[in-house]
Amino acid sequence: MAEPQTEDLKTVVLNDEHVKLGGRMVPFSGYSLPVQYPTGIIAEHKWTREHAGLFDVSHMGPSFLLLDQKSGDAQKDHETIAALVEPLVCGDIKGLKPGQIRYTLLLNEAGGALDDLMLARPADPAWAGTLYVIVNAGTKQGDWSRIAAAAGGQAKLNRADNCGLLALQGPEAVAIADRLVPGVQDLGFMTYGSFSWGGTQLVISRSGYTGEDGVEILVEPEYATQLWNALLADPRVKPIGLGARDSLRLEAGLPLYGHDLDETVSPTEAGLNFAISKRRREAADFPGAPRILKEFAGDLGRVRVGLFVEGAPAREGAEILDASGAAIGRVTSGGFAPSLNRAIALGFVPAASSSPGTKLQVSVRGRLQPAEVTPLPFVPHRYVRKATP
Amino acid sequence: MTTKYTEDHEYIRVDGAHGIVGITNYAQDQLGDIVFVELPSIGQKLKKGDEAAVVESVKAASEIYSPASGTVTEVNMALAAEPGLINTSPDADGWIFKLKLDRAAELDALMDDAAYAKHTA
Repeated sequence: MAEPQTEDLKTVVLNDEHVKLGGRMVPFSGYSLPVQYPTGIIAEHKWTREHAGLFDVSHMGPSFLLLDQKSGDAQKDHETIAALVEPLVCGDIKGLKPGQIRYTLLLNEAGGALDDLMLARPADPAWAGTLYVIVNAGTKQGDWSRIAAAAGGQAKLNRADNCGLLALQGPEAVAIADRLVPGVQDLGFMTYGSFSWGGTQLVISRSGYTGEDGVEILVEPEYATQLWNALLADPRVKPIGLGARDSLRLEAGLPLYGHDLDETVSPTEAGLNFAISKRRREAADFPGAPRILKEFAGDLGRVRVGLFVEGAPAREGAEILDASGAAIGRVTSGGFAPSLNRAIALGFVPAASSSPGTKLQVSVRGRLQPAEVTPLPFVPHRYVRKATP
Repeated sequence: MTTKYTEDHEYIRVDGAHGIVGITNYAQDQLGDIVFVELPSIGQKLKKGDEAAVVESVKAASEIYSPASGTVTEVNMALAAEPGLINTSPDADGWIFKLKLDRAAELDALMDDAAYAKHTA
Protein backbone atom coordinates (compact mmCIF):
# COMPACT_ATOMS: atom_id res chain seq x y z
CA MET A 1 0.00 0.00 0.00
CA ALA A 2 1.49 3.29 -1.07
CA GLU A 3 1.84 5.88 1.64
CA PRO A 4 0.05 9.12 0.75
CA GLN A 5 2.20 12.20 0.34
CA THR A 6 1.33 14.63 3.05
CA GLU A 7 3.60 17.52 2.16
CA ASP A 8 2.01 20.72 0.88
CA LEU A 9 -1.43 19.65 1.98
CA LYS A 10 -3.67 22.34 3.39
CA THR A 11 -5.67 21.64 6.51
CA VAL A 12 -9.27 22.60 7.16
CA VAL A 13 -10.29 24.61 10.19
CA LEU A 14 -11.75 21.44 11.80
CA ASN A 15 -8.61 19.33 11.27
CA ASP A 16 -8.00 18.75 15.00
CA GLU A 17 -11.58 17.59 15.47
CA HIS A 18 -11.24 14.98 12.73
CA VAL A 19 -8.04 13.66 14.25
CA LYS A 20 -9.64 13.53 17.73
CA LEU A 21 -12.56 11.54 16.31
CA GLY A 22 -10.15 9.00 14.80
CA GLY A 23 -10.69 10.19 11.22
CA ARG A 24 -8.37 8.57 8.68
CA MET A 25 -6.83 11.60 6.99
CA VAL A 26 -6.10 11.41 3.26
CA PRO A 27 -5.12 13.94 0.60
CA PHE A 28 -8.10 15.25 -1.39
CA SER A 29 -8.12 18.29 -3.68
CA GLY A 30 -4.98 19.62 -2.00
CA TYR A 31 -6.40 19.24 1.52
CA SER A 32 -5.95 16.68 4.25
CA LEU A 33 -9.46 15.34 4.96
CA PRO A 34 -11.02 12.33 6.70
CA VAL A 35 -11.97 9.52 4.30
CA GLN A 36 -13.72 7.73 7.15
CA TYR A 37 -14.02 7.56 10.93
CA PRO A 38 -13.57 4.33 12.92
CA THR A 39 -17.08 2.95 12.21
CA GLY A 40 -16.30 2.74 8.48
CA ILE A 41 -17.84 3.87 5.22
CA ILE A 42 -20.82 1.50 5.09
CA ALA A 43 -21.99 2.34 8.61
CA GLU A 44 -21.51 6.07 7.93
CA HIS A 45 -23.41 5.82 4.66
CA LYS A 46 -26.36 3.99 6.24
CA TRP A 47 -26.42 6.34 9.23
CA THR A 48 -26.81 9.31 6.89
CA ARG A 49 -29.70 7.65 5.01
CA GLU A 50 -31.45 6.81 8.31
CA HIS A 51 -30.58 9.70 10.65
CA ALA A 52 -28.18 12.59 10.07
CA GLY A 53 -24.58 12.69 8.90
CA LEU A 54 -22.25 15.63 9.53
CA PHE A 55 -19.73 16.37 6.77
CA ASP A 56 -16.89 18.86 6.79
CA VAL A 57 -16.83 20.35 3.29
CA SER A 58 -14.68 23.35 4.22
CA HIS A 59 -12.28 22.54 1.37
CA MET A 60 -14.92 23.68 -1.11
CA GLY A 61 -15.12 27.20 -2.45
CA PRO A 62 -17.79 29.35 -0.81
CA SER A 63 -17.56 33.00 -1.81
CA PHE A 64 -19.58 36.16 -2.24
CA LEU A 65 -19.72 38.41 -5.27
CA LEU A 66 -20.61 41.94 -4.22
CA LEU A 67 -21.63 44.82 -6.42
CA ASP A 68 -19.39 47.85 -5.83
CA GLN A 69 -21.96 50.54 -6.41
CA LYS A 70 -25.47 49.75 -5.36
CA SER A 71 -28.44 51.77 -6.61
CA GLY A 72 -30.50 51.07 -3.51
CA ASP A 73 -33.18 49.39 -5.63
CA ALA A 74 -32.95 45.73 -4.56
CA GLN A 75 -34.38 44.25 -7.74
CA LYS A 76 -32.24 46.43 -9.98
CA ASP A 77 -29.09 45.63 -8.01
CA HIS A 78 -29.81 41.91 -8.28
CA GLU A 79 -30.28 42.24 -12.03
CA THR A 80 -27.00 44.13 -12.34
CA ILE A 81 -24.96 41.48 -10.48
CA ALA A 82 -26.78 38.65 -12.29
CA ALA A 83 -25.90 40.21 -15.63
CA LEU A 84 -22.19 40.04 -14.71
CA VAL A 85 -22.15 36.27 -14.18
CA GLU A 86 -24.81 35.09 -16.62
CA PRO A 87 -22.40 35.21 -19.59
CA LEU A 88 -20.36 32.43 -17.86
CA VAL A 89 -23.19 30.01 -17.01
CA CYS A 90 -26.32 28.42 -18.52
CA GLY A 91 -28.67 29.19 -15.60
CA ASP A 92 -31.19 31.99 -15.18
CA ILE A 93 -29.55 34.02 -12.41
CA LYS A 94 -31.57 37.17 -13.02
CA GLY A 95 -34.73 35.17 -12.35
CA LEU A 96 -33.64 33.92 -8.90
CA LYS A 97 -36.15 34.82 -6.21
CA PRO A 98 -34.82 36.31 -2.96
CA GLY A 99 -33.29 33.45 -0.96
CA GLN A 100 -33.23 31.05 -3.90
CA ILE A 101 -30.23 28.83 -4.79
CA ARG A 102 -29.64 27.52 -8.30
CA TYR A 103 -27.39 24.67 -9.44
CA THR A 104 -25.67 25.70 -12.66
CA LEU A 105 -22.58 25.11 -14.77
CA LEU A 106 -19.66 27.27 -15.70
CA LEU A 107 -19.09 26.59 -19.41
CA ASN A 108 -16.34 27.06 -21.94
CA GLU A 109 -16.98 28.35 -25.47
CA ALA A 110 -17.34 24.76 -26.71
CA GLY A 111 -20.14 24.14 -24.21
CA GLY A 112 -17.98 21.94 -21.96
CA ALA A 113 -18.25 22.15 -18.18
CA LEU A 114 -15.48 24.04 -16.38
CA ASP A 115 -17.28 23.36 -13.10
CA ASP A 116 -20.68 22.84 -11.56
CA LEU A 117 -21.61 25.31 -8.88
CA MET A 118 -24.34 26.89 -6.77
CA LEU A 119 -25.38 30.52 -7.21
CA ALA A 120 -27.79 32.10 -4.75
CA ARG A 121 -29.57 35.41 -4.22
CA PRO A 122 -29.77 36.75 -0.65
CA ALA A 123 -33.24 36.86 0.92
CA ASP A 124 -32.59 40.13 2.74
CA PRO A 125 -33.05 43.18 0.46
CA ALA A 126 -30.25 44.86 2.43
CA TRP A 127 -27.89 42.35 0.77
CA ALA A 128 -29.27 42.88 -2.75
CA GLY A 129 -26.53 43.11 -5.31
CA THR A 130 -24.71 40.11 -3.79
CA LEU A 131 -24.50 36.53 -5.02
CA TYR A 132 -23.51 33.61 -2.80
CA VAL A 133 -21.29 31.45 -5.00
CA ILE A 134 -20.14 27.94 -4.01
CA VAL A 135 -17.69 26.20 -6.33
CA ASN A 136 -15.78 22.90 -6.17
CA ALA A 137 -12.51 22.57 -4.28
CA GLY A 138 -10.42 21.33 -7.20
CA THR A 139 -11.49 24.14 -9.52
CA LYS A 140 -11.89 27.06 -7.17
CA GLN A 141 -8.86 29.12 -8.20
CA GLY A 142 -9.78 28.97 -11.88
CA ASP A 143 -13.47 29.56 -11.25
CA TRP A 144 -12.84 32.56 -9.05
CA SER A 145 -10.42 34.12 -11.54
CA ARG A 146 -13.01 33.67 -14.26
CA ILE A 147 -15.83 35.15 -12.21
CA ALA A 148 -13.67 38.05 -10.98
CA ALA A 149 -12.60 38.81 -14.56
CA ALA A 150 -16.22 38.77 -15.75
CA ALA A 151 -17.19 41.11 -12.93
CA GLY A 152 -14.59 43.55 -14.20
CA GLY A 153 -14.42 46.63 -12.07
CA GLN A 154 -18.08 46.41 -11.12
CA ALA A 155 -18.09 43.76 -8.41
CA LYS A 156 -15.69 42.27 -5.91
CA LEU A 157 -15.27 38.56 -5.22
CA ASN A 158 -14.73 37.73 -1.55
CA ARG A 159 -13.51 34.22 -0.87
CA ALA A 160 -14.95 32.58 2.23
CA ASP A 161 -12.93 29.37 2.07
CA ASN A 162 -11.15 30.26 5.31
CA CYS A 163 -14.52 29.57 6.98
CA GLY A 164 -16.01 26.28 8.03
CA LEU A 165 -18.55 24.76 5.65
CA LEU A 166 -20.53 21.96 7.28
CA ALA A 167 -23.18 19.78 5.68
CA LEU A 168 -25.77 18.03 7.84
CA GLN A 169 -27.60 15.50 5.68
CA GLY A 170 -30.29 12.92 6.25
CA PRO A 171 -33.98 12.61 7.16
CA GLU A 172 -33.41 13.99 10.68
CA ALA A 173 -30.97 16.74 9.65
CA VAL A 174 -33.33 19.69 9.35
CA ALA A 175 -35.10 19.04 12.67
CA ILE A 176 -31.70 18.82 14.38
CA ALA A 177 -30.45 22.03 12.77
CA ASP A 178 -33.69 23.76 13.66
CA ARG A 179 -33.34 22.83 17.32
CA LEU A 180 -29.93 24.50 17.35
CA VAL A 181 -30.85 27.41 15.09
CA PRO A 182 -34.61 28.06 15.21
CA GLY A 183 -36.16 28.92 11.86
CA VAL A 184 -34.04 26.63 9.70
CA GLN A 185 -36.95 24.28 9.03
CA ASP A 186 -38.87 27.12 7.38
CA LEU A 187 -36.38 27.13 4.52
CA GLY A 188 -37.57 25.24 1.43
CA PHE A 189 -35.12 23.01 -0.45
CA MET A 190 -32.66 25.12 -2.49
CA THR A 191 -33.20 28.30 -0.47
CA TYR A 192 -30.92 29.87 2.11
CA GLY A 193 -30.79 32.56 4.75
CA SER A 194 -28.62 34.20 7.39
CA PHE A 195 -29.19 33.18 11.02
CA SER A 196 -27.80 34.43 14.34
CA TRP A 197 -26.24 31.77 16.53
CA GLY A 198 -24.20 32.18 19.70
CA GLY A 199 -22.87 35.61 18.75
CA THR A 200 -22.10 34.92 15.11
CA GLN A 201 -23.98 34.81 11.82
CA LEU A 202 -24.44 31.51 10.01
CA VAL A 203 -25.30 31.26 6.32
CA ILE A 204 -27.59 28.22 6.11
CA SER A 205 -28.78 26.60 2.88
CA ARG A 206 -31.32 23.82 2.67
CA SER A 207 -29.32 21.85 0.15
CA GLY A 208 -26.77 19.09 -0.18
CA TYR A 209 -25.32 16.41 -2.41
CA THR A 210 -26.42 13.13 -0.87
CA GLY A 211 -29.97 12.87 -2.21
CA GLU A 212 -31.25 13.48 1.31
CA ASP A 213 -32.89 16.51 2.87
CA GLY A 214 -30.43 18.61 4.82
CA VAL A 215 -28.55 21.83 5.28
CA GLU A 216 -25.16 23.31 4.48
CA ILE A 217 -23.83 25.83 6.96
CA LEU A 218 -21.13 28.46 6.40
CA VAL A 219 -19.58 29.50 9.71
CA GLU A 220 -16.84 31.95 10.68
CA PRO A 221 -13.60 30.03 11.37
CA GLU A 222 -13.56 31.08 15.04
CA TYR A 223 -16.96 29.42 15.58
CA ALA A 224 -16.53 26.35 13.37
CA THR A 225 -15.38 23.95 16.11
CA GLN A 226 -18.12 25.08 18.45
CA LEU A 227 -20.77 24.55 15.78
CA TRP A 228 -19.33 21.15 14.73
CA ASN A 229 -19.42 19.95 18.33
CA ALA A 230 -22.87 21.42 19.03
CA LEU A 231 -24.23 19.41 16.08
CA LEU A 232 -22.35 16.25 17.10
CA ALA A 233 -23.75 16.53 20.64
CA ASP A 234 -27.10 15.39 19.24
CA PRO A 235 -27.16 11.57 19.41
CA ARG A 236 -28.81 11.44 15.97
CA VAL A 237 -25.67 12.98 14.39
CA LYS A 238 -22.47 11.13 13.45
CA PRO A 239 -19.43 12.47 11.56
CA ILE A 240 -19.15 11.21 7.99
CA GLY A 241 -16.02 11.08 5.83
CA LEU A 242 -15.27 11.50 2.14
CA GLY A 243 -15.81 7.80 1.40
CA ALA A 244 -19.48 7.81 2.35
CA ARG A 245 -19.91 11.26 0.85
CA ASP A 246 -18.92 9.73 -2.49
CA SER A 247 -21.08 6.60 -2.16
CA LEU A 248 -24.09 8.72 -1.14
CA ARG A 249 -23.79 11.08 -4.09
CA LEU A 250 -23.20 8.16 -6.46
CA GLU A 251 -26.41 6.44 -5.30
CA ALA A 252 -28.19 9.79 -5.72
CA GLY A 253 -26.96 9.80 -9.35
CA LEU A 254 -25.26 13.19 -8.89
CA PRO A 255 -22.23 13.93 -11.07
CA LEU A 256 -18.85 14.65 -9.51
CA TYR A 257 -16.73 17.26 -11.25
CA GLY A 258 -13.43 15.91 -12.57
CA HIS A 259 -14.99 12.47 -12.95
CA ASP A 260 -18.50 12.57 -14.46
CA LEU A 261 -18.06 16.13 -15.68
CA ASP A 262 -15.07 17.72 -17.37
CA GLU A 263 -14.21 20.32 -19.98
CA THR A 264 -15.43 18.09 -22.82
CA VAL A 265 -18.80 17.19 -21.29
CA SER A 266 -21.82 19.39 -21.97
CA PRO A 267 -24.69 19.75 -19.49
CA THR A 268 -27.00 17.91 -21.90
CA GLU A 269 -24.62 14.98 -22.28
CA ALA A 270 -24.39 14.85 -18.49
CA GLY A 271 -28.18 14.67 -18.15
CA LEU A 272 -28.36 18.12 -16.60
CA ASN A 273 -30.91 19.74 -18.93
CA PHE A 274 -32.78 21.06 -15.89
CA ALA A 275 -29.78 23.34 -15.29
CA ILE A 276 -30.15 25.01 -18.70
CA SER A 277 -32.79 27.60 -17.87
CA LYS A 278 -35.61 28.23 -20.36
CA ARG A 279 -34.90 31.93 -20.65
CA ARG A 280 -31.27 31.25 -21.47
CA ARG A 281 -32.20 28.60 -24.04
CA GLU A 282 -34.57 30.98 -25.75
CA ALA A 283 -31.95 33.72 -25.80
CA ALA A 284 -29.17 31.26 -26.76
CA ASP A 285 -26.82 33.59 -24.87
CA PHE A 286 -24.55 31.22 -22.91
CA PRO A 287 -21.14 29.77 -23.82
CA GLY A 288 -21.41 26.85 -26.22
CA ALA A 289 -25.07 27.57 -26.96
CA PRO A 290 -24.93 26.32 -30.59
CA ARG A 291 -23.70 22.88 -29.53
CA ILE A 292 -25.82 22.61 -26.42
CA LEU A 293 -29.06 23.69 -28.12
CA LYS A 294 -28.48 21.16 -30.89
CA GLU A 295 -27.95 18.47 -28.27
CA PHE A 296 -30.94 19.70 -26.30
CA ALA A 297 -33.08 19.25 -29.43
CA GLY A 298 -32.03 15.59 -29.51
CA ASP A 299 -28.89 15.52 -31.64
CA LEU A 300 -26.77 13.94 -28.98
CA GLY A 301 -23.65 11.78 -29.32
CA ARG A 302 -23.17 10.41 -25.85
CA VAL A 303 -25.18 10.47 -22.65
CA ARG A 304 -24.44 9.90 -18.99
CA VAL A 305 -26.27 6.82 -17.76
CA GLY A 306 -26.59 4.81 -14.58
CA LEU A 307 -25.60 1.14 -14.64
CA PHE A 308 -26.36 -1.76 -12.37
CA VAL A 309 -23.22 -3.89 -12.54
CA GLU A 310 -23.23 -7.62 -11.78
CA GLY A 311 -20.25 -8.85 -9.80
CA ALA A 312 -17.20 -6.77 -8.95
CA PRO A 313 -17.57 -2.98 -8.88
CA ALA A 314 -16.62 -1.32 -12.19
CA ARG A 315 -14.47 1.67 -11.23
CA GLU A 316 -13.67 4.90 -13.05
CA GLY A 317 -12.03 4.17 -16.42
CA ALA A 318 -13.59 0.71 -16.90
CA GLU A 319 -14.67 0.12 -20.49
CA ILE A 320 -18.38 -0.20 -21.31
CA LEU A 321 -19.29 -2.58 -24.14
CA ASP A 322 -22.57 -3.33 -25.88
CA ALA A 323 -24.15 -6.79 -25.79
CA SER A 324 -22.15 -7.82 -28.87
CA GLY A 325 -18.86 -6.87 -27.23
CA ALA A 326 -18.14 -3.60 -29.07
CA ALA A 327 -16.57 -0.91 -26.88
CA ILE A 328 -19.00 2.04 -26.60
CA GLY A 329 -17.92 4.09 -23.59
CA ARG A 330 -16.30 4.33 -20.18
CA VAL A 331 -17.30 4.35 -16.54
CA THR A 332 -16.71 7.77 -14.96
CA SER A 333 -17.61 6.85 -11.36
CA GLY A 334 -18.37 3.47 -9.98
CA GLY A 335 -18.40 1.52 -6.80
CA PHE A 336 -20.47 -0.29 -4.28
CA ALA A 337 -23.86 1.06 -3.23
CA PRO A 338 -24.29 0.36 0.49
CA SER A 339 -28.05 1.11 0.41
CA LEU A 340 -28.59 -1.31 -2.47
CA ASN A 341 -25.89 -3.85 -1.57
CA ARG A 342 -24.69 -4.08 -5.18
CA ALA A 343 -22.30 -2.44 -7.60
CA ILE A 344 -23.43 0.69 -9.48
CA ALA A 345 -21.71 3.00 -11.94
CA LEU A 346 -22.09 6.18 -13.93
CA GLY A 347 -20.65 6.38 -17.42
CA PHE A 348 -21.11 7.70 -20.91
CA VAL A 349 -22.60 5.67 -23.78
CA PRO A 350 -24.05 6.56 -27.20
CA ALA A 351 -27.64 7.83 -27.03
CA ALA A 352 -28.81 4.70 -28.88
CA SER A 353 -27.62 2.53 -25.96
CA SER A 354 -28.91 4.75 -23.18
CA SER A 355 -32.50 3.58 -22.62
CA PRO A 356 -33.18 2.03 -19.23
CA GLY A 357 -33.17 -1.75 -19.52
CA THR A 358 -30.49 -1.83 -22.24
CA LYS A 359 -28.18 -4.78 -21.59
CA LEU A 360 -24.52 -3.80 -21.72
CA GLN A 361 -21.24 -5.17 -20.35
CA VAL A 362 -18.34 -3.70 -18.40
CA SER A 363 -14.76 -4.85 -18.48
CA VAL A 364 -13.25 -5.32 -15.02
CA ARG A 365 -9.65 -6.55 -14.89
CA GLY A 366 -10.00 -7.89 -18.43
CA ARG A 367 -13.18 -9.85 -17.77
CA LEU A 368 -16.64 -8.94 -19.05
CA GLN A 369 -19.46 -8.59 -16.57
CA PRO A 370 -23.14 -7.93 -17.33
CA ALA A 371 -24.47 -4.41 -16.76
CA GLU A 372 -27.86 -2.84 -17.34
CA VAL A 373 -28.83 0.78 -17.95
CA THR A 374 -30.85 1.96 -14.97
CA PRO A 375 -32.87 5.15 -14.44
CA LEU A 376 -31.19 7.75 -12.21
CA PRO A 377 -31.15 8.30 -9.32
CA PHE A 378 -30.33 4.78 -8.12
CA VAL A 379 -31.78 5.68 -4.71
CA PRO A 380 -34.75 8.13 -4.77
CA HIS A 381 -34.07 11.70 -3.68
CA ARG A 382 -35.86 12.75 -0.55
CA TYR A 383 -35.62 16.51 -0.81
CA VAL A 384 -38.26 18.52 1.01
CA ARG A 385 -39.56 21.05 -1.49
CA LYS A 386 -41.90 23.55 0.05
CA ALA A 387 -43.97 26.00 -1.95
CA THR A 388 -42.11 29.28 -2.16
CA PRO A 389 -43.97 31.76 0.06
CA MET B 1 1.29 -24.84 12.61
CA THR B 2 3.11 -21.58 11.93
CA THR B 3 1.99 -18.33 10.39
CA LYS B 4 4.16 -16.27 8.06
CA TYR B 5 3.58 -12.80 6.64
CA THR B 6 4.43 -10.84 3.49
CA GLU B 7 5.33 -7.17 3.36
CA ASP B 8 2.03 -6.65 1.52
CA HIS B 9 0.08 -7.94 4.53
CA GLU B 10 -0.93 -11.40 3.33
CA TYR B 11 -0.59 -14.21 5.85
CA ILE B 12 -0.09 -17.90 5.22
CA ARG B 13 -0.84 -20.39 7.97
CA VAL B 14 1.22 -23.46 7.22
CA ASP B 15 0.52 -27.05 8.20
CA GLY B 16 3.00 -29.40 6.54
CA ALA B 17 2.74 -29.04 2.77
CA HIS B 18 -0.48 -26.97 2.92
CA GLY B 19 -1.11 -23.31 3.63
CA ILE B 20 -4.18 -21.13 4.26
CA VAL B 21 -3.90 -17.61 2.83
CA GLY B 22 -5.69 -14.46 3.88
CA ILE B 23 -5.01 -10.82 4.73
CA THR B 24 -4.01 -9.62 8.16
CA ASN B 25 -6.11 -7.71 10.63
CA TYR B 26 -3.89 -4.69 9.94
CA ALA B 27 -4.66 -4.93 6.21
CA GLN B 28 -8.42 -5.27 6.61
CA ASP B 29 -8.41 -2.26 8.92
CA GLN B 30 -6.50 -0.20 6.34
CA LEU B 31 -8.80 -1.26 3.50
CA GLY B 32 -12.06 -0.66 5.35
CA ASP B 33 -15.34 -2.40 4.55
CA ILE B 34 -14.76 -5.21 2.04
CA VAL B 35 -17.65 -5.46 -0.42
CA PHE B 36 -16.43 -7.98 -3.02
CA VAL B 37 -13.80 -10.68 -3.29
CA GLU B 38 -12.53 -12.20 -6.51
CA LEU B 39 -11.25 -15.68 -5.72
CA PRO B 40 -8.68 -17.78 -7.60
CA SER B 41 -9.77 -21.00 -9.34
CA ILE B 42 -9.28 -24.38 -7.76
CA GLY B 43 -6.35 -26.09 -9.47
CA GLN B 44 -4.79 -22.73 -10.43
CA LYS B 45 -0.99 -22.82 -10.22
CA LEU B 46 0.54 -19.77 -8.57
CA LYS B 47 4.10 -18.61 -8.25
CA LYS B 48 5.17 -16.66 -5.21
CA GLY B 49 4.13 -13.04 -5.78
CA ASP B 50 1.48 -13.83 -8.43
CA GLU B 51 -1.82 -12.00 -8.21
CA ALA B 52 -4.12 -14.58 -6.63
CA ALA B 53 -7.25 -12.69 -5.61
CA VAL B 54 -8.72 -9.20 -5.50
CA VAL B 55 -10.50 -7.66 -2.53
CA GLU B 56 -12.64 -4.63 -3.17
CA SER B 57 -13.45 -2.10 -0.48
CA VAL B 58 -16.05 0.63 -0.99
CA LYS B 59 -13.24 2.87 -2.24
CA ALA B 60 -10.87 0.68 -4.24
CA ALA B 61 -9.70 -2.71 -5.47
CA SER B 62 -6.56 -4.30 -3.96
CA GLU B 63 -4.69 -7.27 -5.35
CA ILE B 64 -3.79 -10.15 -3.08
CA TYR B 65 -0.48 -11.80 -3.97
CA SER B 66 0.32 -15.41 -3.27
CA PRO B 67 2.83 -15.64 -0.39
CA ALA B 68 4.25 -18.87 -1.88
CA SER B 69 4.29 -21.03 -5.00
CA GLY B 70 1.79 -23.85 -5.23
CA THR B 71 -1.58 -25.08 -6.43
CA VAL B 72 -4.92 -23.72 -5.19
CA THR B 73 -6.80 -26.57 -3.52
CA GLU B 74 -9.75 -24.73 -2.01
CA VAL B 75 -11.31 -21.24 -2.02
CA ASN B 76 -13.52 -19.67 0.62
CA MET B 77 -16.92 -19.62 -1.07
CA ALA B 78 -18.49 -18.00 2.00
CA LEU B 79 -16.82 -14.74 0.91
CA ALA B 80 -19.05 -14.60 -2.19
CA ALA B 81 -22.12 -14.07 -0.01
CA GLU B 82 -20.37 -12.36 2.88
CA PRO B 83 -17.18 -10.53 1.87
CA GLY B 84 -17.28 -8.67 5.20
CA LEU B 85 -15.97 -11.86 6.89
CA ILE B 86 -12.54 -10.52 5.96
CA ASN B 87 -13.23 -7.52 8.20
CA THR B 88 -14.84 -9.38 11.08
CA SER B 89 -12.59 -12.46 11.11
CA PRO B 90 -9.55 -11.98 8.89
CA ASP B 91 -7.51 -14.86 10.34
CA ALA B 92 -10.32 -17.42 10.74
CA ASP B 93 -13.64 -17.29 8.83
CA GLY B 94 -12.26 -14.66 6.43
CA TRP B 95 -9.51 -16.86 4.92
CA ILE B 96 -9.30 -16.55 1.12
CA PHE B 97 -7.72 -19.68 -0.38
CA LYS B 98 -5.76 -22.84 0.44
CA LEU B 99 -2.57 -23.72 -1.29
CA LYS B 100 -0.61 -26.97 -1.70
CA LEU B 101 2.95 -25.69 -1.45
CA ASP B 102 5.62 -26.46 -4.04
CA ARG B 103 8.55 -25.80 -1.72
CA ALA B 104 8.03 -25.24 1.98
CA ALA B 105 11.54 -23.74 2.15
CA GLU B 106 10.27 -20.75 0.18
CA LEU B 107 8.48 -19.59 3.34
CA ASP B 108 11.74 -18.98 5.18
CA ALA B 109 12.01 -15.59 3.46
CA LEU B 110 8.68 -14.41 4.95
CA MET B 111 8.22 -12.65 8.27
CA ASP B 112 7.24 -14.42 11.46
CA ASP B 113 4.84 -13.00 14.08
CA ALA B 114 7.48 -10.88 15.77
CA ALA B 115 8.88 -9.48 12.53
CA TYR B 116 5.41 -8.68 11.20
CA ALA B 117 4.42 -6.96 14.44
CA LYS B 118 7.50 -4.78 13.99
CA HIS B 119 6.66 -4.20 10.31
CA THR B 120 3.23 -2.79 11.19
CA ALA B 121 4.25 -0.94 14.34
